[in-house]
Amino acid sequence: MGWNRKVLRVNLAAGTCIPEPLNMAWANDYLGSRGLASKYLVEEIDPKVDPLSPDNKMIMATGPLTGTMASTGGRYTVVTKGALTNAIACSNSGGYFGAEMKFAGWDMIIFEGKSPKPVYLYVENDKAELRDASHLWGKTCWETEETIKASHQDPQIRVSSIGAAGENQVLFACIVNDLHRAAGRSGVGAVMGSKNLKAVAIRGTQGLSGIKDFPAFLQATNAAKKVLADNAVTGQGLPKYGTQVLMNVINEIGALPTRNHRDVQFEEAGKISAEAMHEKRPTDGKPHLVTNAACFGCTIACGRISKIDETHFSVKNSPKYWGASGGLEYEAAWALGAANGVGDLEALQYANLLCNEHGMDPISFGATVGAVMELHDLGILSKEQIGLDAKFGSAEALCKLVEMTAQGEGFGKEIGMGSARLCAKYGRPDLSMSVKGQEFPAYDSRGIQGMGLTYATSNRGACHLRSYTVASEVLGIPVKTDPLTTEGKPELVKAFQDATSVFDSAGICIFTSFAWTLTDVQPQVQAACEGDWSMDKLNEVGERIWNMERQFNLAAGLTAKDDDLPPRLKTEPAKTGPAKGLVNGIDKMRPEYYKIRGWDANGVPEKATLERLGL
Amino acid sequence: MQKSLHIDPAKCTGCLQCEMACSYEHTGTINPAKSRIKVFNFEHEGRKVPYTCTQCADAWCLNACPVEAIVIDAATGAKVVKEATCVGCKVCTIACPFGTVNYMADVGKVQKCDLCAGDPKCVSACPTAAITYVDADWTGLDRMRAWAAKANTAAVAA
Repeated sequence: MGWNRKVLRVNLAAGTCIPEPLNMAWANDYLGSRGLASKYLVEEIDPKVDPLSPDNKMIMATGPLTGTMASTGGRYTVVTKGALTNAIACSNSGGYFGAEMKFAGWDMIIFEGKSPKPVYLYVENDKAELRDASHLWGKTCWETEETIKASHQDPQIRVSSIGAAGENQVLFACIVNDLHRAAGRSGVGAVMGSKNLKAVAIRGTQGLSGIKDFPAFLQATNAAKKVLADNAVTGQGLPKYGTQVLMNVINEIGALPTRNHRDVQFEEAGKISAEAMHEKRPTDGKPHLVTNAACFGCTIACGRISKIDETHFSVKNSPKYWGASGGLEYEAAWALGAANGVGDLEALQYANLLCNEHGMDPISFGATVGAVMELHDLGILSKEQIGLDAKFGSAEALCKLVEMTAQGEGFGKEIGMGSARLCAKYGRPDLSMSVKGQEFPAYDSRGIQGMGLTYATSNRGACHLRSYTVASEVLGIPVKTDPLTTEGKPELVKAFQDATSVFDSAGICIFTSFAWTLTDVQPQVQAACEGDWSMDKLNEVGERIWNMERQFNLAAGLTAKDDDLPPRLKTEPAKTGPAKGLVNGIDKMRPEYYKIRGWDANGVPEKATLERLGL
Repeated sequence: MQKSLHIDPAKCTGCLQCEMACSYEHTGTINPAKSRIKVFNFEHEGRKVPYTCTQCADAWCLNACPVEAIVIDAATGAKVVKEATCVGCKVCTIACPFGTVNYMADVGKVQKCDLCAGDPKCVSACPTAAITYVDADWTGLDRMRAWAAKANTAAVAA
């Protein structure tokens, strides 16, 4: 078994930390991590709960492959009701924290209630206790990690924490582990902040001993690693260029959302691309990129570690930002860059650094700034209201707004609500480029049609990581489909959604799916976990997870109306590029998708569907 | 031929597959806390460095041990801890200038790299060849070849 069969239940109101056995019947139906933690959440909270109230719960969860030799087996998820979305949230992170939780003997940690004062959870193997965090409150994620390690005199502790954004309940606050890895989306950091939980610090020295059939497991993981190494994307493209390899590709095909989706191509994309990160700067003769980096167990190593230009206006008086740090990844480079029309690579890395140290999702932050810049451009928000000149393309504005937002200063407090609430407040809800309150990531659905359906139906609000049809529509993985048509996309989206649910629930990274299909994952799960984990079973588990999440959202009050795109993407055609003249065909795809899912015309799962899946 | 572990930190990504493989080989659990090779991550410089015992020819640990619990494996040249003999006095951990012999509080013995009897598991686990097991007399071969390639001498047809 890949599971430790042990859950830690932390009641923050009572200050108790109590172990309990993992519900193995549920593990058999939901595998682990995303699926299993969502099952716990669905069983334990009222779907209508206010996400920031003590009645919401937050679960940090690993999968059966977390903490194993399986490539990328270091993932953990944070499952809760999302502060940004009012929908089920599951944010996924790499780094080393998830594996450490496994090595300490736990599968997941459930947080309930709210602590009367700031605390952090310290876990050393079987020992778990809440400790006072008043000295940590106000500190950045980076300072928090350093302070905890120093006070325990143990540099090998792994820490996951919130920064100012989570403390201030910025609705897109994230949870940062290992300095620059984050459970990024849907505002899970705001939920953590609402519970007065500053950090979780873990040291695990027990290790993982329960792999069902170790020789078979080693054989399966080695075979799967070879598939990654031999694949052009996971073996060469991602290690060399990171996810940023996509910047020029997506711009070329006219699907790079620019200036709050007014345009689909960014004239300065090349300046903020992977290739630019490799180029030597005129100022110091060094490239932006220092090295690539892997998360725990990962044989791809797409992570970027970069050094910012010390002479850049953003950091020239702040030597603390001169060291190497995480980024830029494609999503952050897009959201902080193209989405605002900012083509200054160093400014993007600075804004990204601040998002990491203050614990803020750069996608939602950057995209919300894009909406603010458009409101400013239209004369709806004045320079005086914002407190600075927020013109499209202003790197200075971006760099100031990032600090203001994390700290909740001035207009930053409004940005911290996210674009949906902010645009509604100023009378232009149509200008929020979001679904279910969550901002789009870096693919324009006019140029990649399947992504429109992906965003509209994602259970956690607009997200590329719920069914990355870009793989098929742009990169031809596993088969090439035409990005400009809606035909066949409902089937494609459903298949990707169900498979992704399994990848996430196993404890591995979705980036493996550039090379792996479920058939590469299956032998690894089968060898690690007791019970039957056939392809049929995994497909069913994936579909079950998707429908369970859907059921939660419906019970929370979401309806088919929430499975829609902003009017801009349905009525304003792409102006340039291969998709010129196209809008997204969501209204055509949605009914077909519901039908394929076994849902009625209102997007409610039919009784037969629920029965088939045992829901 | 005697072989030696050879580490190229520039190739390390920090994935810790080596630590997992090492701990599994020696303890039967996947447990980086028990690994005899450690990867150090210098975050602010962007450097990751795997570090383990270099198997000194005249080994401080072996010389310091009062009960002769550290012996030479004739086949590999590894300095190996005989657990049954080790009394856990930790003098070897003080003697080693590099810190690569460490005490295990749970079993009361010390542990160090033993080269897995000539098949180091960290080597086969490393996805980037940052850790290799090469001819002990030629650990510089790859670096020599790299510089030789830069010599820029024109090839002349015979």
